[in-house]
Amino acid sequence: MDLSFGPEHERFREEVREFLAEHWPAGDGGPPPGAGQEASFRALAIERGYVYRRIPRRYGGSEQPADPLREDILRREFFAAGAPLGIPGVGPAMLVPTLLEHGSEEQREEFVAPTLRGEIRWCQGYSEPGSGSDLASLQTRAEPDGDEWVVNGHKIWTSSAHLADWMFGLFRTEPGEPRHAGISYLLLPMRQPGVEVRPLRQMTGTAEFNEVFFDDARTPLRNIVGRRGQGWKVSRTTLVHERNMIGDPARVQNLFSDLVELARGARLGGRPALEDGGVRRRLVELEGYVRAQQYSGYRQLSATAHGREDRTRLPTLMNKLYTTELVKRLLEFGYDLIDSDESLAAPDENDARARLARSANYPGGWTTQYLYAHGASIAGGSPNIQRNIIGERGLGLPRDLRQTP
Amino acid sequence: MDFGLSEEQELLQETLRDFVARECPPARVRERFEADGAHDPALWSAMAEVGLCGLCLPEDCGGAQLELLDLALAAEVLGEGGVPGPFLGHALAGLALLHAGSEEQRWRWLPRLASGEAIGSVALAEPDSAWEPERWAARLLEGRVGGAKRLVPHAAVADLIVVGLAGGGMALVERGAEGLSVEPFAGVDGTRDLAGLCLDAVPAEALPGGSEAWPRLRDAGLVLLAADSFGSAWKLIRDTIDYLGTRRQFGTPLVQFQSVKHQLADLATELEPARSLYWYAAHAFDHIPAEAERSAALAKAHITDRALHVAREVLELHGGIGFTWECDVHLWYKRAMWNRAFLGGPDHHRERCARLAGW
Repeated sequence: MDLSFGPEHERFREEVREFLAEHWPAGDGGPPPGAGQEASFRALAIERGYVYRRIPRRYGGSEQPADPLREDILRREFFAAGAPLGIPGVGPAMLVPTLLEHGSEEQREEFVAPTLRGEIRWCQGYSEPGSGSDLASLQTRAEPDGDEWVVNGHKIWTSSAHLADWMFGLFRTEPGEPRHAGISYLLLPMRQPGVEVRPLRQMTGTAEFNEVFFDDARTPLRNIVGRRGQGWKVSRTTLVHERNMIGDPARVQNLFSDLVELARGARLGGRPALEDGGVRRRLVELEGYVRAQQYSGYRQLSATAHGREDRTRLPTLMNKLYTTELVKRLLEFGYDLIDSDESLAAPDENDARARLARSANYPGGWTTQYLYAHGASIAGGSPNIQRNIIGERGLGLPRDLRQTP
Repeated sequence: MDFGLSEEQELLQETLRDFVARECPPARVRERFEADGAHDPALWSAMAEVGLCGLCLPEDCGGAQLELLDLALAAEVLGEGGVPGPFLGHALAGLALLHAGSEEQRWRWLPRLASGEAIGSVALAEPDSAWEPERWAARLLEGRVGGAKRLVPHAAVADLIVVGLAGGGMALVERGAEGLSVEPFAGVDGTRDLAGLCLDAVPAEALPGGSEAWPRLRDAGLVLLAADSFGSAWKLIRDTIDYLGTRRQFGTPLVQFQSVKHQLADLATELEPARSLYWYAAHAFDHIPAEAERSAALAKAHITDRALHVAREVLELHGGIGFTWECDVHLWYKRAMWNRAFLGGPDHHRERCARLAGW
C-alpha cells in the first residue's frame, strides 16, 4: 500500500499548478473570465494535454495515454482553482463518448470538435411523461419520410433544453418490435418549428429543466447513431458516463469543510455550536461517511490505475447512491445549523451559482443547496433505481418481480 | 499511489478464510458460544500453526513481522468467522511488549507469544467505562501492582496480562501471581470471555516504554475492533441474502421482494466503503504517524456503529427465526455489540476525534 503519487506524478501536479497560476485569470480571486478568455484558456489546456485526454486529436481532444492518476490530479487541481476542465454539460460528458464508440466517421467529424469547443450545446431526450424508470416503454416516435425522420411525441425532465442547439435521445422507430428492440438513438436539431420547449419551474423556483414537444419535427436520416433498433444498446454507454459524472468526492469534502466552518460560526444556546457535544458528535459521525468515501475513492482509483477494476466493481456501483445520500445528510445538518432568518428565507431564485457552487457558505447557500440536493439525487436514476442496480448487479440479488407487456 | 492490497495480503486473507471454514465452522462457533469459556485449546493451537499468534511480532522471535494492516486483515476474517478465543487481547499484549518492553522482556515473552504457547491479554478498563489512563487508579509501587481492572479478555486462561497503570504506564502480571484474583463476568459475547481483575499487591514488572507506547496500543486495538466488526457485518449481510433466497412466501423467495432488496442494498452501501476506513487507519498506524490516532478513532466509531446497525436490521429481515437462540444471527450480533463497546463506544471516540481536529 502506498498513498504517495510518486515523483513523476508530483512533478506533474506542480506543472499543472504553475499552468493554472499563469493562465487561469480567475485564479487569484480576480474577476470571472469572459467567454473569449475561457476559450483561449481551454485551447491552451488541450494543447498541454490536460483537457479531453481520452479524445483523439483529430476530433479536438488531446489524445493522452490513459493515466487515472494524472486525471485525478487534473480534476483536483482544476477544481481547487475553479477552472473548467473542458465544457461542462451532457455534450462532452455523454454524447461525445457515445459518438466515439458508436458514431459514424461523418458524425464524429460533424459534431465532436464543435461540441468540445462549446459551439454546439446539447440536451438529452430520454424520459417521457409515461416512461421514467421504465424507460424502454417510451412512445415518442420517429418515422422515415424521404430522407428525414419525422418526430412526434413528448420528452420531459430535459435539462438545459432551452439552451440547447441539438438533442440526442431515444425514439421509437420500429413500432412492430418489442420494447427495447424498437428504439433508435437519434440526433435532432432543437431550433426548428416542430420543436417546442416549455420550461418546468422547479421547487427551487428556478427553471433548468423542461418539457419538449415534437410536432412533425425533422432530422436527416443520417443522424441515427448505430443501426435502427439498436438505440437501447447505444444509450447504455451514455448512462455509464452519466453515473461516473455524478459522484465527485472533492465536492463532498468541500461541503464537509463548509459544514465545519458553519458550525464554528453558528451559535447554539449562546455559545459557538462547535462547542456543543451533540454537534461535535454529529459532525464526526458525518465525517466517518465522508472519509470512507474519500478512501474508497483512492481504492477505486488505484484499482483502475493498476488494472484491477474487477475488485472494485461493487463500491463503484454504490458511488452514486452513497454520494447523493451523504450530500443530503450534510445539507440537512447545515440546514439545522443556520439561523431562523436563513432557514425561513425563500431560496435565491436567481442564484445560478447554486448548482456549480464550490462552497455552500454564502448568503442563502445552505437553503438553496438543501433544496437542489434532490436534483442530483433523482437525476440519472433515483435512489430506488440505484438500490436495484446495487442489489442486482452488485449483490447478485434476483431481478424484480415485474409484469412486462 | 496504490491504495489496495498486495498479492501477499490477498493470499493471507484467502488462506485464513480457508482455515476458518475448515477449523471453525459456525457449529464450532456456537459450541464455544454456549460453553463455559470460549477458549478452545485445540483451535488455538491450529491458529498458532497458521501463524495467527505472531503476525506482527519480529521474525527472530518466531513472528511474521508484518504490519498492522496485515493483522487487521486477519481480524476481518476472524470477525467473518466469529472465531472464538483470545486473539485480540493476545495481539495487543504482544504489541505492548514489542513497543514498550525491555530487550530482556521481549526475549523472554515474545517467542512464547508468537508460538501461541503463552496466551497474552490486556487489563485496561476500570469502573465507569474508564478506558483512558487519565481515569485509571491502578498503580505500581515497589514491584507490586494494586487496583481493580474490569472487562479483561480471557483473563482466566492468560499466561501474561499487560496491566494499564494510572497515567499511562504498563506492568506485566503473570498467571497465578500472588494476590491476583480473577472475577468472572457474564459477558454478552460468548466467543470472547471477559473478567474482572482484583490486584492486591501483585508482583509485577514495569514495561519501561509503557507511557509512550499506550497510544500505539490503543490505536492498534481500535483498528482491530473495526476490522473484526467489518468482517462480522459483511458476513451477516451475505448470510441474510442466502437465507432470504431460500425462504419463500407468496410463492417467491423473500429476497426478490423489492423492499427487501432495497434494504439489503442500503445496508451494503453504508458498509462497503467503510472497509477503506480501517485500511487507511491501519496503514496510517505504520506509515502516517500524524494521522494514526485520529483515523483509528474514526474507523472504530464509524465501523462498529454501522456493523451493529447491520446486525439489528438483518435480525428483523429474518423474521421470527431471527429472534431465536437457535438462529446464528445473534452470535455475530453480539460480537458486534462487544466490538462497539470494547475500548469505549462511538460517542467517546467521536468526541476524541473532535478534540484532535481542534474543534
